[in-house]
Amino acid sequence: MRVYHFSEQAYYPAWNEHSGTLRVTFPNRKCDPRVAADLLHRYYDEWQLCDELGLDIMLNEHHQTATCMSSSVVIGLGIVARATKRSRILVLGYPIGHRPDPLRAAEELSTIDVISRGRLDMGFIKGIPYEIAASNRNPTELMDRFWEAHDFIIKAMTTHDEDFNWDGEFFQYRHVNVWPRVWQEPHPPIWSTTGSSTQARVLGERGYVMATLGTGYGTRRIYDAYRKSYMAKHGRAPGADRFAYLGLVAVSHDREEARRRGHLIAGYLRTSPIVALPFRNPPGYVPPEDNARMLRGETPPRTYTKDGRVISMQFASVDELVDSGVLFCGTPDEVYAQIVDFCGHCGGMGNLLMMGQGGELTHEQTVDNLALFSREVLPRLQAWQQPDAEAAAVAA
Amino acid sequence: MSVASSSEAPSLVVGGTRIDWIEKGAGAPLLFLHAENGIEPARAAIDELAGHARVMAPTHPGYGRSELPKGMRTIDDLSYFYLDVLDQLDARDLTVVGVSLGAWIAAEIAVKTTARMARLVMANAVGVKVSDRETRDIADIFALTEPEYIAIAYSDPKVGTRDYKALPDGEVLAAARAREATARYAWNPYFHNPRLKSRLHRIRIPTLFLWGSQDRMLSEPYGRAYCAMIPGARFETIDRAGHFPDHEQPKVFAEQVLAFARGK
Repeated sequence: MRVYHFSEQAYYPAWNEHSGTLRVTFPNRKCDPRVAADLLHRYYDEWQLCDELGLDIMLNEHHQTATCMSSSVVIGLGIVARATKRSRILVLGYPIGHRPDPLRAAEELSTIDVISRGRLDMGFIKGIPYEIAASNRNPTELMDRFWEAHDFIIKAMTTHDEDFNWDGEFFQYRHVNVWPRVWQEPHPPIWSTTGSSTQARVLGERGYVMATLGTGYGTRRIYDAYRKSYMAKHGRAPGADRFAYLGLVAVSHDREEARRRGHLIAGYLRTSPIVALPFRNPPGYVPPEDNARMLRGETPPRTYTKDGRVISMQFASVDELVDSGVLFCGTPDEVYAQIVDFCGHCGGMGNLLMMGQGGELTHEQTVDNLALFSREVLPRLQAWQQPDAEAAAVAA
Repeated sequence: MSVASSSEAPSLVVGGTRIDWIEKGAGAPLLFLHAENGIEPARAAIDELAGHARVMAPTHPGYGRSELPKGMRTIDDLSYFYLDVLDQLDARDLTVVGVSLGAWIAAEIAVKTTARMARLVMANAVGVKVSDRETRDIADIFALTEPEYIAIAYSDPKVGTRDYKALPDGEVLAAARAREATARYAWNPYFHNPRLKSRLHRIRIPTLFLWGSQDRMLSEPYGRAYCAMIPGARFETIDRAGHFPDHEQPKVFAEQVLAFARGK
C-alpha cells in the first residue's frame, strides 16, 4: 500500500469570522498575508518531511476560500517537485475542465514530471460545485470540456515526432508540441475522483486510479461498479492499486491525544461545507432528474458506518467518524487495525490518501502524527496482503 | 400544418427536434416566446391572448419536455432554430411576443430578419449590456436561494412560490430542466450577447417594450436604455408586476399586447 500525506493548507485563523460562508464570497480582508506566509511555509515543511519519512505527497486546489489556500496547485507541485527526492507527488486534483488552456496544463504537468524525475501522479477532476464561481465556466458543459481537455492533454503528452492540429468543440490549436516532454512513458499515471457509481464505471473502463472521499463504509458499492466495468473492458480484475481513499488519520500512543488530534483534523469536515446555499449546486452540475428530487427535499445520504447508520460528516463525533471509516484514530495498533479492516471491507484498496494535517492541528502535532505513522503503521500496511482481486471482482 | 399530436401534448418537429407546441385561438397570428421560468407560468397569459389572436407558443429546446439538439448552446442558436420554425410554418405578419429570455430570443431573430414579422413585443427583456463593466445590470439569480430570487423577481412573491412537494412530477422535472437550460444559454456572458447592441438598429418594425415595474432583477432604467436602442420603440409599464408580467398580470399583459398588435 502507498500512503500519500495531504493537507488542505487551510487558513484556519479566519474560520470563526464568517457570516454563513467560508467560500466564494468570504472577503479576503480576513486573510493576513503574513500569517498566510507562515502557514504555507509550514505546510510545505511538513511535505518535505514526508520525503524523509517514506510517505508520498498529495496536493489539491480550491478557490476563494479560507478552507484551502492552494488556489493554483501547479505552484505547490513545483515547490515539492524541487524540494523532495523520493516521494510520489499526486495532484488530486487538477480541475482541467475549468482551465482556459489545456496546452498550458500539459506544459505545466510535463515540466513537473521532469523536475521531479518522473514522480508525478496526475489526477484530473471535475471540481466541486463551489469552484464554478472562480472560473465562471458554464456548469452545464463542464464535463464535455473536461473530457476534451483530458483527450487533448494525453495527445499532447504522447506526441513526439511532429506538431499536431486540434480543432475541438472547446479548444483550438494549430501547432501543438510540448517541451519538455514527459519523463514517465507514455504519460504520468492518471487518477480521478468520484462519489457516483456512474462515473466509477467510466473510470473503470479507462483503468484510471479512482479515489473517493467521505464515502466511508458506502465505498464498496462504488468500487464494485468500477470492478465490473474494468473486468468487462480489460478481461481481468483491477488490482488494489487502482483504488484510493481519502481518510483522516490521527495517531498517538496516548489515546486521548489521538482523539484530540482527530477532532482537530476533522475541523476540515466541519468547515468545508460552510458555503452560501446557491453555490452548493450550480445548474447542470447534476442531472435534472437528481435536481428534481432535491427540489422535493430528497437528498441521498453519503456516509455510512459499518453497521449501516447514516452520519453527517459535518456534525459527526470522533467516534462516529471512526465507525464510518472517515477517520482512522487511536494508537498505532488501533489505526493499523482500522485501516486494514476498511480495506478488507472495500475488497482491496491500495492507496491511502491520508489527511495527516487538517484544521488547527499544530505543526508539532502534525510532525509527531506523520513520524509516528510512518514509523509504526506504514511498514505494516506495506507488508499487508490485499484481498484477492479476482475474488473481489467476481463478487462485484 | 405540421403540428404532430402525441397522447400527452401537441408537439412540433423542426429539423429533427421535437418541441412542445401550444396553438390556440383565432385571428391574427401571434408567436409567444416564454421566459426562463418555462411555459407553465405563462399559461394564463396565453389563454388571454388566445381570446383574440391565433397564438402559437413553443416550449424552447431544453425546457419542459422539448428536446435539446446536440450543440445548441446559445440564444443565437435558438434564434436560428426559430427562424427554421417560422419557415416551416410559412408564417406571415406575425406579432412576436417575448418575455425576458424569450424577448432576448425575439431580438436575436429580429436582427437577422423581420421578413415574417409585423410587430415585436419585448417584455422585461434581457439580452444587452447597458452599464459599465463593474456594474451588474442583471441580478445574479444563480447566486440567490429560490426565496431570495422570487422576492426580487415578483411583485407578489406568493405568485412565484411553488410547493415542489405538491406539484406533479412532470412540473418538478420541468423546473429543474428550466434552471439547467437557462444556465446553458445565459451563464456567460451573463444574460446578454455583447454583439447584440450593435445590431438592434436593424429592427425596423413597430416595437413595444412592456415592463413590469416592480422588477428588481432588472431595473426600469435598464429597460428604457434597451428600448432606446431600437429605432422608434415605445415603452409602457405594467403595475403590480415584476420580472414576469405575463405571470403576475396575465389580463393586463394580454390587453396591452393585443392593443399594440391591433396597431394602437
